[in-house]
Amino acid sequence: MTTVHIPFLQTGTLAVGGRLLDDAERSVQSHADRPSSLTKGHRACQGCAEALAARWVMDTAVEASDGKLVVANATGCLEVFSTLYPESAWKPPWIHSLFANAAAVATGIAASLHAQGRDDVRVLAQGGDGGTVDIGLAAVSGMFERNDDVLYVCYDNQGYMNTGVQRSSATPAAARTATTPAVGRSPGQAFGQGKSMVKIAMAHEIPYVASATPADLRDLEHKVRTAMSIRGARYLHVLVPCPVGWGSASSQSIALARAAVQSGIFPVVEARAGELTDVQRIRERADVEEYLRPQARFAHLFKPGGEDALARWRALADANIRRYDLLGERS
Amino acid sequence: MTSHDAPPTLGLSTGPATSLAYHTGTWRTERPVYVELAPPCSLGCPSGEDIRGWLGSTQEGEEGFETAWRRLVAANPFPAVMGRICYHPCQTACNRTDVDEEVGINAVERFLGDTALERGWALPAPAASSGRRVLVVGSGPAGMSAAYHLRRLGHEVVVREAAAEPGGMMRYGIPAYRLPREVLAAEIRRIEDTGVRIECSTPVTSLDEAQAEFDAVVLTVGAGVAHHVDIPAGAASKIVDAIDVLRDVASGHAPLLGRRVAVYGGGNTAMDAARTARRLGASEAVVVYRRTREQMPAHPTELEDAVGEGVRVQWLSTISQVEGQTITIERMELDEDGRPHGTGVFEELDADTVMLAVGQDADLTLLSDVPEVVVADGVVQVDPTTLMTGRDGVFAAGDVSPGSRTATYAIGRGARAAKAVDAWLASRVLPAEPVQREATAERLQPWYYSDAPKQHRAELEAARRVTGFEEVLAGLDAEHAVFEARRCMSCGSCFECDNCFGMCPDDAIKKLGPGMRYEIDYDYCKGCGICAEECPCGAIDMIPEVR
Amino acid sequence: MREVLEGSQAVARTVARCRPGVVCAYPISPQTHIVEALSVMARTGELADCEYVNVESEFSAMSVSIGASAGGSRAYTATASQGLLYMAEAVYNAAGMGLPIVMTVANRAVGAPINIWNDHSDAMAMRDSGWLQLFAADNQEAADLHVIAFAVAEELGIPAMVCMDGFVLTHASDVVELPTAAQVDAFLPPYRPTQVLDIRHPTTIGTMAGPESFTETKYLQHLRFLDATGVIESWSERFREAFGREAGGLVARYDPDTLDRDRLAPPASSDDLVVVAMGSVIGTLQAALAPMRAAGIPVRLVGVSSFRPFPGDALREAVGASRHVMVIDRALELGSGGVLTGCVGRALAGTRSRLHSVVAGLGGRPILEASLQEAVRMALDGELGRLEFLDLREGGVPTPTAGATEVAR
Repeated sequence: MTTVHIPFLQTGTLAVGGRLLDDAERSVQSHADRPSSLTKGHRACQGCAEALAARWVMDTAVEASDGKLVVANATGCLEVFSTLYPESAWKPPWIHSLFANAAAVATGIAASLHAQGRDDVRVLAQGGDGGTVDIGLAAVSGMFERNDDVLYVCYDNQGYMNTGVQRSSATPAAARTATTPAVGRSPGQAFGQGKSMVKIAMAHEIPYVASATPADLRDLEHKVRTAMSIRGARYLHVLVPCPVGWGSASSQSIALARAAVQSGIFPVVEARAGELTDVQRIRERADVEEYLRPQARFAHLFKPGGEDALARWRALADANIRRYDLLGERS
Repeated sequence: MTSHDAPPTLGLSTGPATSLAYHTGTWRTERPVYVELAPPCSLGCPSGEDIRGWLGSTQEGEEGFETAWRRLVAANPFPAVMGRICYHPCQTACNRTDVDEEVGINAVERFLGDTALERGWALPAPAASSGRRVLVVGSGPAGMSAAYHLRRLGHEVVVREAAAEPGGMMRYGIPAYRLPREVLAAEIRRIEDTGVRIECSTPVTSLDEAQAEFDAVVLTVGAGVAHHVDIPAGAASKIVDAIDVLRDVASGHAPLLGRRVAVYGGGNTAMDAARTARRLGASEAVVVYRRTREQMPAHPTELEDAVGEGVRVQWLSTISQVEGQTITIERMELDEDGRPHGTGVFEELDADTVMLAVGQDADLTLLSDVPEVVVADGVVQVDPTTLMTGRDGVFAAGDVSPGSRTATYAIGRGARAAKAVDAWLASRVLPAEPVQREATAERLQPWYYSDAPKQHRAELEAARRVTGFEEVLAGLDAEHAVFEARRCMSCGSCFECDNCFGMCPDDAIKKLGPGMRYEIDYDYCKGCGICAEECPCGAIDMIPEVR
Repeated sequence: MREVLEGSQAVARTVARCRPGVVCAYPISPQTHIVEALSVMARTGELADCEYVNVESEFSAMSVSIGASAGGSRAYTATASQGLLYMAEAVYNAAGMGLPIVMTVANRAVGAPINIWNDHSDAMAMRDSGWLQLFAADNQEAADLHVIAFAVAEELGIPAMVCMDGFVLTHASDVVELPTAAQVDAFLPPYRPTQVLDIRHPTTIGTMAGPESFTETKYLQHLRFLDATGVIESWSERFREAFGREAGGLVARYDPDTLDRDRLAPPASSDDLVVVAMGSVIGTLQAALAPMRAAGIPVRLVGVSSFRPFPGDALREAVGASRHVMVIDRALELGSGGVLTGCVGRALAGTRSRLHSVVAGLGGRPILEASLQEAVRMALDGELGRLEFLDLREGGVPTPTAGATEVAR
């Protein structure tokens, strides 16, 4: 990762800004005149990390494109809470067509702009995990495979939250959802299911793939900026804690993202042309319990009989730590 | 309602940012509010310094230094002195210990103090003259602090000092290797420059006369008389008071102590005495202390420094007899309550000199014929709020009055006495000091502070420093002072990190610009609590929404 | 210039001359020749300033078209049958968003059983999608209709399907005279989107409408759809004036004797049996009915050119005083009858007309002139039922062989 040397300034780069930083060193979000592409008045639930991450992503993209950004949005929470007619919380030109086709709509916009000689206008597509990993996967894969000039951003809240918290193929093991209830012998989502969209994206060998979380704004902005500096198909996967779907306190959305990363559960990576090029190391290692316990969807893990599932969760974290060298033991 | 001519986008499309029409603030059950809490450093500072404040200004670098110093001297006119000798309870209280190490507040204080002396910054000019005259008896830290603050308030102040030089225990009780005399002199001179008159070698002998001459009197005579214990001793034995040795050394009359020196006591004076003995040529300096390391009143850093210079400590020991160059020591043991008791086991130790450092008493001869001034436990009793003694218009602060016998406490009480005198002169009631809410460690989100260990001040190599009285600790340079200041986590006070502004999912916080902090837009804030949760310094409270 | 061309080639070349900015392609028979031809033109430069996008499904073909149209480009794609149904959600969406995409539907049966041959069941499945559906009777009209379709769609902000019978037209060579690029440039206004993703004037397109506004939104779309009949007539008239031949329109009238297309042909009289049809079967009917007319049999032909919007008024005018109508239907509402018949019946409601639904040519079954003539005779003799299946085999469907039975069991 390209890193900017920032002198020690009370807080490090994990904070949004800091009065001691030079303007140029500040995050996009720290500027009083930031674009606020997704602005106030939207109807996201309290503590919605998707609303937050979407503003972060889009503001960075707006700045990186010098305000020349067009957005295609899949059906889902993000679309519903932002555009209930006659109101829209978006500032850039924005279109919503369907659940499964945001990537294809974005391809169409990019093709249109290219045909008009307007390659200066950039295209961003976004959707939730349902619209990306499940129903929209074919269109996403097609856009990747053609290397269309689109940055696709998936806000992964690990389920169909908009429809009442049902399981998606991004729902983590043991999680209780409306369609994987916490009853029976193996409560919640089955172990061994689900897919890694980051790896799927990497397998397309597109120019840029990255994952990020709202627990690290600078990293997220860096990745959006990097993605925007590249032409062709790019993919950013952002983990977005969902207080309603996860059964967590609304104030914990960033803390949970932090715990997901620090426990090794959510590797924050960067890849170019199919090769892993950067891994964010764990800064303060957390036990998976720190991530799981505040979430009601995992409550059964902390009741008698939940020990096995908890042990398997630890194993998942350990496997990630090994696979991605999250503790920096190999380097 | 409709017509053929309606735009085809009606019902499908809309203008940007039209959501502003929808006020999501009505969803809120809790509201975030910015708060300003007291940091543990300031709460722990007996001098009452706004430590977070002056560290904050220091963080700005060069352009912030003078502001920082001015915020510092608002409480304490001796930053260069205290930056050297303070046992810095502020650092002990510092929340940063949970992250890495406490902030080196004392080092930054010294940096600011030295910088001010170097650049000749003057203390703030006094307020318009009140026409009232106040006498301060004694020029130690309490007296000088009282004088400084009284002068700032516009009163005419005279300090009368029995000794030949001003400074009290700062001059006569603290060795020069810890506090170079020119630093002390410069900071005292700077107080004189504000109009305080110091009259040395002028003992005050009559309170009545003093009150006839002045509108108010502040007694800050200190506790400069060595406390004595009865030790059976032969005529040939050399037993001296540690405080006298320190005073003599400070006055330029270094006594001959011999090659082997025993110091009896466990306080900072004992440490200073042992280290001074080493500098005066003693190859062996043994501190005899009747309790354990944990119970020792000397500050741990003082002990470490002494041991680093070759001072040995004999724990759980009392001196039961001194005969010639031989002292008899009884081994002690602690009972269940932690009190030492003799074991009947004795050993002998050779010592050319025994220095007693078992405490100091106040010289209260001035008050011997003033019955309304109550003396108890060896100190003058005062009203805890006004610091006034039993006699109207006579106040007391510092070691002569109850409380901790430290320079920092003395400075704080001196300042308090000044306020009290000011109020009394104006027939105002001085309110009690307000109880402040503390910014406790649990409120903080330490994740956001980078790992950055304290900048240790360079220490003179131990072997070299025992040979003389040059200063042991070197100061921080500007770069390191700024670094150290920036380690401050600003507990309980917004320092504009932008977390709340950047992390609000509802875009409901306005950034008002440098120094202006933020404003919550309650029309849209849904009360999720992320801002409070992610505020590094715990400066946001969530309170129940009342509609 | 008159030339002999395959129908797909004729359409592809005409589409290219309409200068689309984005063409999306996903192969499905019998539309493939069209996008193949366009891919060549995109590479040779004959189709200039156009992005040709090979997508991974019809769903994406329509979705890319949606993005392209909203991005400010004239967008085109082609499909058929299963492909049309696979993109169904996006088809509805394009119409709802008012994006004037033009799509060729090479009409083909919808499985199961899978069948690649011609009928109208694919287009009929999308009859309520909110698209204009214009049916071509022959290759010439198929080509011409695309020019008209772009003009009408873009004026209205409603997408348009040009329906041409698969294989029968797409793969058949015929003499055609294609509009030249210069003619199209003069005829077709530059692309002017109803709404566009414009960084200078940002808008939010595709909001969610709640119960408080959905009905009104749909009502407005309905009014707009009603406007379409006039706009289609107007552009078809302008086309005739510019190109000197008839194409499009709402309803095609035919000379009572020559059976040639003639907009000035008189309405049918009270003695006449009126045969209503859509698509290439009109050509078969022209051939079948001409000798009958010469023999004095009172039969008239009316073609439906615009199926959506359905031209009820124009149809009633063409039917005139006749109260006897036979509809040749290429798509079936199971348990009810032909789809077109239902629309014709609604148009003629209250006229006390006798209506026959003749379901013909499903899944590529050839429609024979003799069979049509027989149906006409039976209708006039009062022997034709309300619902007839033309040339239905007496023997039914052949029984699978033993092996297949095993599989079935």
